[in-house]
Amino acid sequence: MTTSPFDSYRPPEEGGRRRRRSGVRGAVSGAVSDASRGMGRGRTSWLNRDGGGRREAPAVPDAEFSSYYGRAIIKPVPWKHEIPAYLFVGGVAAGSGIIAAGAAATGRELLRRNSRLTAMAGVAVSGALLVADLGRPERFLNMMRTVKLTSPMSVGTWILSGYAAFAGATTASEVARMLPLPERGPVGVLARLVRAVDNPASVGQALFAAPLAAYTSVLLSDTVIPVWLESRRELPFVFVGSAALASAGVQLVLTPTDQTGPARRFALIGVVTELLAMHRLEEHLTELDLDEPVRTGAGGSKLRLARALTVAGGLGTLLAGRSRVAAVASGLALASASSLTRFGIVEAGIESATDPKYTVGPQKRRLEERRDRGQVHDSVVTVR
Amino acid sequence: MGYLARQLAGRTDPAADAGWSDPPSRKGFFTDTSICIGCKACEVACKEWNALPMDGALDLTGNSYDNTGGLGASTWRHVAFVEQSQERITAARESGRRLVDLGMPTVGSPSPSPAPASRGVPAGYGTLPAPPEEHGPSLGELLSQKASAENGDLGTTLEGTPMVGPLPEFRWLMASDVCKHCTHAGCLDVCPTGALFRSEHGTVVVQADVCNGCGYCVGACPFGVIERRTDSSVSVTGDGHVPNIGVAQKCTLCYDRIGHDQEPACAQTCPTTSIRFGARDDMVAAAQDRVAQLHEQGFTEARLYGANDDDGVGGTGSVFLLLDEPEVYGLPPDPVCATSKLPEMFRAAGVAGLGLLAAGAVAFLGGRR
Repeated sequence: MTTSPFDSYRPPEEGGRRRRRSGVRGAVSGAVSDASRGMGRGRTSWLNRDGGGRREAPAVPDAEFSSYYGRAIIKPVPWKHEIPAYLFVGGVAAGSGIIAAGAAATGRELLRRNSRLTAMAGVAVSGALLVADLGRPERFLNMMRTVKLTSPMSVGTWILSGYAAFAGATTASEVARMLPLPERGPVGVLARLVRAVDNPASVGQALFAAPLAAYTSVLLSDTVIPVWLESRRELPFVFVGSAALASAGVQLVLTPTDQTGPARRFALIGVVTELLAMHRLEEHLTELDLDEPVRTGAGGSKLRLARALTVAGGLGTLLAGRSRVAAVASGLALASASSLTRFGIVEAGIESATDPKYTVGPQKRRLEERRDRGQVHDSVVTVR
Repeated sequence: MGYLARQLAGRTDPAADAGWSDPPSRKGFFTDTSICIGCKACEVACKEWNALPMDGALDLTGNSYDNTGGLGASTWRHVAFVEQSQERITAARESGRRLVDLGMPTVGSPSPSPAPASRGVPAGYGTLPAPPEEHGPSLGELLSQKASAENGDLGTTLEGTPMVGPLPEFRWLMASDVCKHCTHAGCLDVCPTGALFRSEHGTVVVQADVCNGCGYCVGACPFGVIERRTDSSVSVTGDGHVPNIGVAQKCTLCYDRIGHDQEPACAQTCPTTSIRFGARDDMVAAAQDRVAQLHEQGFTEARLYGANDDDGVGGTGSVFLLLDEPEVYGLPPDPVCATSKLPEMFRAAGVAGLGLLAAGAVAFLGGRR
C-alpha cells in the first residue's frame, strides 16, 4: 500500500468491466532477493495492481499465486499453421457438402457442380494438411488402426474418411457428367453406376458434413488448453457458423448470382450464428478472467479482423448479393473471416497455454469457490 | 457407478477398466519432497536407464540449481528448486493450517487416533545451528532465541505442541517431479492411434513404434508432462543416433523393470528414500503416515498431492508430499482430465451439427428461387 498523501485525491473507480487480475509472483523468494527488492513481496503495490494508481483499490485483494519461475504448467499442442488451416479448409469442405446436396435436390446445376468440386478439393487439402502436421507423417495410416470414442481425433479421422468417400462418389458423378463418355462398354457401365449412386452419395455427404464441421470444436476443447477447454459450450456453434459462411462465401465467388440465392441465405445464417456464438464465448471467458488471449495479442487481433470481415461480408451479402461484383467481394470477405477466426482461436489457445496465470488463476478461483461452498472432497491436495 | 460412467471420471481401477483380467496391484511412486536433497540422482538414473538424449545445448537457466527446466520428451524426472523467505514459509504454513481447518478429506480409512505419543513434547524448527566464530547469527541472539523458546512464546503447532525454535529465515524446497500416471489420463484418452496404453500395473505407457506424432496428447495432459521429441535433441551415444524423433515420450514408470520385480531406476537410486515405489495403496498409506508425522512435529505446511481418488483426474499413480501450494512447484492446483467433459462437448457439437443441417434446409427450402 502506498502512503502518499496524494492518493486521497485519486478519482473513484472508472466505469467498465470489473476485472480480477491475478498477479504472478516468481518463485525466487529467497531472503536475499526479498531484501534487495525493498518492497515486501506478497503485497499489492502500484506496480502490480490492476489499472495502476488511478483506480480505487479493489475491495477484495487480487488472488495472488506463485509460479515456478514463470514457467508454463501445461504444454501447448505442438501444432503449426497446418491445423488452423485444416480447420478452415475442412469447414469449407463440410459446408460445401451441404450446399451441394441442397443444390442437387433443387436442380441448381452450376451450384451443385462447383460446390461438389470445392468439397472434394477441400477434403484432399485437409488430408494433406493433417498428414503434414504429424511428427511421423509416414505413419499416418496408424490413425485407422483403431476406433476410439474418447479421442475426438480418432472420431474425426473416421468422420473425414466417411465424408471423403461420399465426396469422392459425388465428384466422380460430376466428372462423368462433364466428360463425353460412351454409353456402351466398361466405361459406359461405370458411368451409369456412378450416376446411380449420385443421389445416395449426395445425401451421405450432407449427413457426414454436419459432424465434420462440428467435431473440430471438440478436437480443440478436449484438451487442457484453458481457452479451448473453457469455451467448449460455444465453440461448436462458432465453428459450424464459420463453416457455413466460409463455404457459402466460396460459392458466392465461384457461382453466378442467379443460382446462389440459397448460398446467400446459408451465409447469413452462418454470419448470425458465428457472431452470436463468438460473443457468448467472449462473455464466458470474461467471467472466468480468461478473455485476455482472445482480446489481445496476435490471436485477438485476428479475431477482431475476422469479426469486421464477417460483418462486412454479411452486410454485402444481404444488401448487394445479387450484384456479381458485390457477391465476389462479400464471398472473399466471408472466406477470409472464417480463416482468420480459425487461426485466431488456435493462436489464442496456444497463448493461454504458455502463461501459467491462465492455468493457475481459473483453477485456484474455482477451487476457492468450491471451498467457500464447503465442497472439499474433490481436491487434489489433501491433508493426512 | 456404471462401467461407462466410470471410464471418464471418478474413482476406478484403471487396469481392470482397460481390460486386464486379474492384474497385479496398481503401482505408483510416493515422492516425499520433505526429505529430497536435490541431488538429481533420479534425473541421471532415469536418463541412463532409458537412454534418453539431451534436450539440446547445455544451458544455465538461472533458476536456482534447476537447469533442467521441466518435464519433457527427454526429461522424465525433474528436480525443482524453490528458494523461499521466512514470509513465504509463514504463508505456506498458514495455507496448510487452512487446509486442515477446512476439513480437507482424509484419504482412505483414517488411521486410528494418530499416535498422540509425542503430544506436549516440543516440536517444530527446533535445532539451533552451532554458531561458527565470526560467522552467522550472533551467539547472543541465539541464546535469546533459546531462552524465548524455553519460555514457550514461539507459539504452538497445530496440535498445540509448543514450538522450540523460530522459523528459519530461508528454506529450499526441492521436489522430484514425474509423470503422474493418472487414473483418468487425458493423454491416453485422446490418443487416436492407441500408441498410449494402460499397462497391467495401472500405468500409462507410450508405444513409440505405433505413435505417429499427432501431438494431441501433449495438449491433453493437465500436468504438462508428455511431449513430442524434436530433432533438436542431441544424442549421448557413440553412434549419434537419437531414437523416436517426432514421437510423444514420457515416463513409463520403468515398464521394462517393474515387470521383472525391479524398482524404477529413480526410486532405486534415490539416496534419501524421497522417491519410494510400490503398490499404490501402500504408497498412499505411507504418504498419510508421513504427513501426519510432519503435522505432529509442527510442519503444518505439509500436504499430499494426488492421493485423493475423487479429484479431477481420479487420483494419480504418483503421490507427492508437498510443503507449499502445488503451483509453487509448477503443479496445477486443480487438474482436471478434459475427457471428463467429453459427453457435454459431443452433445454441444451434436446440437451445432444438427443446426447446420437445419440451416442448409432452411437456406434451400425457405426462400424463393
